[in-house]
Amino acid sequence: MVELDVRRHVLVPKHEILPAEQAKEVLEKYRVTPHQLPLIKASDPVAKAIGAKPGQILRITRDSPTAGRATAYRYVVEG
Amino acid sequence: MTYINKLVDRVEFGLLSPDDVRKISVTRIVTADTYDEDGYPIERGLMDPRLGIVDPGLRCRTCGARTRGCSGHFGHVELARPVIHVGYVDVIYDCLRATCRKCGRICLSEQKLEGYCKQVSEMAAAGRGWWALADEIVKSAATVEKCPSCGEKQQKIKFEKPTTFVEGKNRLTPSDVRERLERITNEDAQLLGINPKIARPEWMVLTALPVPPVTVRPSITLESGVRSEDDLTHKLVDIIRINQRLAENIEAGAPHLIIEDLWELLQYHVITYFTNEVSGVPPARHRSGRVLRTLAQRLKGKEGRFRGNLSGKRVDFSARTVISPDPCISINEVGVPEYVARTLTVPVRATSHNVEELRDFVRRGPDVHPGANCIISSEGKRFDLRYADREELAKVLEPGFTVERHLMDDDIVLFNRQPSLHRMSIMAHEVRVMPGRTFRLNLCVCPPYNADFDGDEMNLHVPQSEEAQVEARILMKVQEQILSPRFGGPIIGGIQEHITGAFLLTRKGALFTREQAQQLIAAAGSVKSLPKPAVREAGEEYWTGKQIFSMFLPEGLNLTYKAKICENCARCKGEECDIDAYVVIRDGQLLHGVIDARAYKALDWCEVLDRIVKDYGTDAAREFLDRVTRLSIAVATMFGFTTSIDDEDIPDEAKERIAEVLDGASDEVKKLIDVYNRGELEPLPGRSLRETLEMRIMEVLAESRDRAGEIAEKYLGLDNNAVIMARTGARGSMLNLTQMAACVGQQSVRGERLSRGYKGRTLPHFESGDLGAEARGFVHSSYKRGLKPLEFFFHAMGGREGLVDTAVRTAQSGYMQRRLINALQDLRVGYDGTVRDDRGMIIQFVYGEDQVDPARSDNGKAVNVEKIIKRVVGAE
Repeated sequence: MVELDVRRHVLVPKHEILPAEQAKEVLEKYRVTPHQLPLIKASDPVAKAIGAKPGQILRITRDSPTAGRATAYRYVVEG
Repeated sequence: MTYINKLVDRVEFGLLSPDDVRKISVTRIVTADTYDEDGYPIERGLMDPRLGIVDPGLRCRTCGARTRGCSGHFGHVELARPVIHVGYVDVIYDCLRATCRKCGRICLSEQKLEGYCKQVSEMAAAGRGWWALADEIVKSAATVEKCPSCGEKQQKIKFEKPTTFVEGKNRLTPSDVRERLERITNEDAQLLGINPKIARPEWMVLTALPVPPVTVRPSITLESGVRSEDDLTHKLVDIIRINQRLAENIEAGAPHLIIEDLWELLQYHVITYFTNEVSGVPPARHRSGRVLRTLAQRLKGKEGRFRGNLSGKRVDFSARTVISPDPCISINEVGVPEYVARTLTVPVRATSHNVEELRDFVRRGPDVHPGANCIISSEGKRFDLRYADREELAKVLEPGFTVERHLMDDDIVLFNRQPSLHRMSIMAHEVRVMPGRTFRLNLCVCPPYNADFDGDEMNLHVPQSEEAQVEARILMKVQEQILSPRFGGPIIGGIQEHITGAFLLTRKGALFTREQAQQLIAAAGSVKSLPKPAVREAGEEYWTGKQIFSMFLPEGLNLTYKAKICENCARCKGEECDIDAYVVIRDGQLLHGVIDARAYKALDWCEVLDRIVKDYGTDAAREFLDRVTRLSIAVATMFGFTTSIDDEDIPDEAKERIAEVLDGASDEVKKLIDVYNRGELEPLPGRSLRETLEMRIMEVLAESRDRAGEIAEKYLGLDNNAVIMARTGARGSMLNLTQMAACVGQQSVRGERLSRGYKGRTLPHFESGDLGAEARGFVHSSYKRGLKPLEFFFHAMGGREGLVDTAVRTAQSGYMQRRLINALQDLRVGYDGTVRDDRGMIIQFVYGEDQVDPARSDNGKAVNVEKIIKRVVGAE
């Protein structure tokens, strides 16, 4: 069977790993600890596809019916 | 305020051991009697004074505190024989099944047990429960036939409700059960899901029963002086009495059978003491036949401690009564009966500025309306004005005192109608004290509360602190809630006559003499003077309705839109519209078009009110609504507006044509059935032949109903009151009217023609397999002409589905609402625009992803670019 790259599916929004520096900026901007962000498991298909490791922060850019485009962040956890 | 710097880290639930029970007990209870002949509590009885006190004035024999300070102390009963605790029978059953009848080990091999032990300690270290694993262990151990530890052959243990265990053919007594549970080792208990540090398995079989303090089961003294005991006390009396008899019989060496019987009876009483709703156990009853309310019943259900006393409770400073309408008060106001106003109070702190005024309140006292019920001195001492020398108290009143004065005009109160489904179900109103016994409210606020006046009751709450009052005024006042956050449009607005009245006023050719015009303006509560008359004829001056309506529009308002009555012509004639459906407002003057639902109806897509709230603010909108609704009602009264069944009269020739159309349809259905029977019907893609036929028939019949309606509509013009209501969107629809005038149409259940009842037919009046229009619930008659008996029956079938649907829908959506609210109640939007829960977890990075509040947006957008361009270019 051909391995499917989930990132190419229309319903999967863009995920990218933030460099440590930007990750820190995000935490400072929202004044949160990493665990106060929404979480994503390292075993999540998209997280696996982009090679995210626990402790990193992902930026997710989605299409939004209200705002056109919306950004969200997720903290990668074990699992 | 005192702050206690302690944090609840965790809560642990365990069992009380018999020793624990004895340790917390202040006395052993031995006599079943409560009071002696003189009415004094008997020592070592159920009302022993050491168990705490209920009567004020006495001191507790154990701790020495008074009623307030002492919450009571437990006693205990030593049971002559152990009994099983009903709440734990399931756990006991698991323990018995899983362990050996001889050595008490779990019937699994040493290695398996070790493996499980490891898993359990891992899970415990991770802070997780291991219930699922314990279940697995029980299941696998229960089927083992020979104990791997001691080699004893195992027997099947059966559990018989409520508390009996049978091994093979022998009944296990609670003593046997307890012995076996005692043999379970601590390690094994752990594997069965029991933490032996806080709950040994044998503690599930009771040998000592705690007796709750009297404060938990106070006795009531009736007016006649007769003492009436609490249900729990009654139950405890039963337990102690049987326990005593059992003990005596054992002592006397009575036959086995008698002891067994008494033991069984003791078990019954202990079961019903814990819960009186066990299946298989007849509920314990009071002497009068009333079922006793024992421990579990106190906590369970809607009226139980949790839902009835903790999640929701009765509150002070509230009132409830029937509501009735008053179109003359503002939407911000609520009419409060004087009786209610005299009972509810607002605390006012006396200052040098208001002492004199407050003294007057105190002098008038509790029985004269703007009075006061109570005053509180600077030291916090309360004086009830009912029993005091009010003249004297008025004299001592000085700054620093607090006066609880009656509710008065312009006080702020919260008004609520259940079910409170959205935030507009509780709004702040200003008080208008009125005669009568009902709460009065403006008709415009019916939609947000979903209220009508067929006997609805509503609740009123008086905020007590200044902070609460101001907050209510700023955030919760009715005028602040005109726009619903649900769809961004007004939820408060004109209804019914407000719409027809405005239509009659503003339609083409509506002219008013000076006297009439002034009367209308006065009714609306305005004092503006009339503009120049639009028409002068034979020395008489006339004003158009549009002129009068314009007097209430704010200056500078520009709008262009199509009214509700618009017929969506292929080519819009704009301002030249035949039916005046093209509305043009320039600088607050209604130049063209009529005012109807599209202008200011509640819960509708309304242009004028929406614009006023958004551009001129809530104050202007409130004034507009108050004035225009009163104006509309005055117009409707002036013209006289009524509807009756002869509004649906149509001439005979129309009736004939409708009959023709319907007969034609019936014939066509017959033809379709013929084609179908001959097997010549072309199936639609993806449908069976039968489905195709049904669809075609439904199509034909629906079309015939529509055509019948169209014929009727030709004779129902805008000179007809029923049509005015339907077309302007005030009430009813054209469909309703054509169903009354022309033809009711096809009845359906689950979107299909009626088919159930008898084999192959709906009623025995038809042949089996008849697929014709009449046989499957098509109603030819109109409501006005009346339905034929068969049609009536079919109509009832269709109608019943509607009723069932609403019943099911409300139940389902109610439960969904409950779950949603429980999930969302702690979310809030922070100052940085993020949505977070109570722990600061981010739920949404930007509220709604665009940070727009729908109630403050224009068409769901933060800025309405089109509107701005129009304004700048000057097109509007």
